[in-house]
Amino acid sequence: MNLHEYQARDILRRHGIPVPPGEVATTPAEARAIAERFGGKVVVKAQVHAGGRGKAGGVKLAKSAAEAEAHAKAILGMTIKGLTVHKVLVAPAAEIATESYVGIIVDRTSQRPVLMVSPAGGIDIEEVAAKTPEKIHRLAVDPRYGLLPHQAVALGFALYSDVKQARAAADIMQKLYGVVYAVGASLAEINPLVTTADGTVQALDAKIGIDDNELERRPEIAALRDVSSEAPEEVAAREAGLTFIKLDGDVGCCVNGAGLAMATMDLVKYYGGQPANFLDIGGSSNPQKVVAALRIMTSDPRVKVILFNIFGGITRGDDVANGIVQATKEFPLKVPIVIRLTGTNEKEGIAILERAGFKALADMDEAVKQAVA
Amino acid sequence: MSVFIDQSTRLVVQGITGRDGSFHAKQMIEYGTKVVAGVTPGKGGQRFENTIPVFNTVAQAVHETHANTSVIYVPAAVAASAIFEAADSGIELIICITEGIPVLDMTRVLPFVHERGARLIGPNCPGLISPGKSKVGIIPGNICKPGKIGVVSRSGTLTYEIIHQLSTHGMGQSTCVGIGGDPLIGTNFIHCLAAFAADAETAAIVMIGEIGGTDEQRAAEFVKEKVKKPVVGFIAGQTAPPGRRMGHAGAIISGSSGTAADKMAALAKAGISVMKRPADVVPLLQERL
Repeated sequence: MNLHEYQARDILRRHGIPVPPGEVATTPAEARAIAERFGGKVVVKAQVHAGGRGKAGGVKLAKSAAEAEAHAKAILGMTIKGLTVHKVLVAPAAEIATESYVGIIVDRTSQRPVLMVSPAGGIDIEEVAAKTPEKIHRLAVDPRYGLLPHQAVALGFALYSDVKQARAAADIMQKLYGVVYAVGASLAEINPLVTTADGTVQALDAKIGIDDNELERRPEIAALRDVSSEAPEEVAAREAGLTFIKLDGDVGCCVNGAGLAMATMDLVKYYGGQPANFLDIGGSSNPQKVVAALRIMTSDPRVKVILFNIFGGITRGDDVANGIVQATKEFPLKVPIVIRLTGTNEKEGIAILERAGFKALADMDEAVKQAVA
Repeated sequence: MSVFIDQSTRLVVQGITGRDGSFHAKQMIEYGTKVVAGVTPGKGGQRFENTIPVFNTVAQAVHETHANTSVIYVPAAVAASAIFEAADSGIELIICITEGIPVLDMTRVLPFVHERGARLIGPNCPGLISPGKSKVGIIPGNICKPGKIGVVSRSGTLTYEIIHQLSTHGMGQSTCVGIGGDPLIGTNFIHCLAAFAADAETAAIVMIGEIGGTDEQRAAEFVKEKVKKPVVGFIAGQTAPPGRRMGHAGAIISGSSGTAADKMAALAKAGISVMKRPADVVPLLQERL
């Protein structure tokens, strides 16, 4: 789960990291009121889970409160990378002297939190990594001891030659490391970390990604989820306990297990089709999940055919078959359905399907070929 | 010989009285695995299925039954703690089936397990099976056949699909290992490839990877340098969009790294035969054997 910039800034502020002021508006009038309160120039920034907001016209500088209102009017409701903007952050425009990058990710190779800092901030860190990798300094932190003071100070000097600024940056890094474990972040970055004209070091923009597995034990973080920023089908799927990701094709895919679901999508493409979605009904045996899956897939008018690929393990074939039959009683399918069913309780499942007038195939390739034909 | 488990495996089931733990404990006993103990705090003194002793702690189970391997079916909220407990009790091989452990918990679990000298398989994995000998986890025994192919995979049901292809074409398996779909796991491809390379019963290896991370690329390097046996590979997620978690917590293309195309190219470059679809596994192995 990604947090919005304003939410990430709040979290950093609560953990003692210096963050310049800024408030959220959902209407142009609110944006104007905030700008009036701050006085002077302000920046109006779209709050949306997408990179490249500036290039898309989602970040605008306003010289007056009236201009802030006009910018907010233009930005609210615009779409950036398919996502509608519902909120803007209004913040005083800062006089920036330098821009750096500080980020922490959980690194898969070292299996540790890795702190990355770069004096080349303000732009996409992947771009820096690709073009000028020597400008990125990395440190894998031993989670048993945390980020040690001397390590942080050394990285602080990688950003600033001035000792006061290096120490200020080190302090921010240690606090950011604390944030990671406090909120269950898989990513926490400050980009840019700026120095202002008077030399203070501040976190101007922040991005925090939360590990979904943390949400159950952190209800206060889970409450930050912005449902309006997600595709409605994906919200419905999550509430039904399914993993669903919408794609551009027309073959609806319903599979048990993530790896097999990906392999099924790939096979659809292999035989000349385009998958409409990724959908994993998970390992549990529950006909209701199948009903929910069918409801979500059939609500997409682009879906021309539905393909089930079930290899029963923990998932039982009879449960899936019952779910399909039950769904067709609750709502019309409208599109053809191709079912591949094998593994645990396949005989029982096939019998249930045949009684309801469906055919089941045993082979994955055959099923996919039929679905894309 | 087989990889990681065999007839000397003495298994303790953590969470044996739970819904999943009890179901799979029965399946493993039926398959012939030596299940010597179960652990559920508060149910010490009971007997599972009137035979297997249940203990309050793993340490007691190890002390009383000489269990050397543990399998974990407890809920995600307490699964990291269950791994700590197993490693702290002298268990040598820990298989964690549980899905949903926070990755930051794993940053603390992994160094602990390593320091105690234990091996962890998983989490978020289907476990492993040496057909005809022993199974630990949830891989359905009936789709496997004893034989000479070693299988290692980040996936669950996709592995069953590949095993099914192998078994129905007369290609039995020496051991099948599911290493798990999480970003931080205890046993990676290289560990398994090394074990299969050293295993006299394994003639060829199938590795099933997916998008996310660079474990497959590093495994490919290892194969090129160290593995003389034929290796056939598959990568799931060629049609996956970047930046989205495809079900598995670890299956995500971050920026431009971890794509299926990158991994398939790395495998091919290392001399691994790359499947375009699961059904290619048998013909590619036949070519190489």
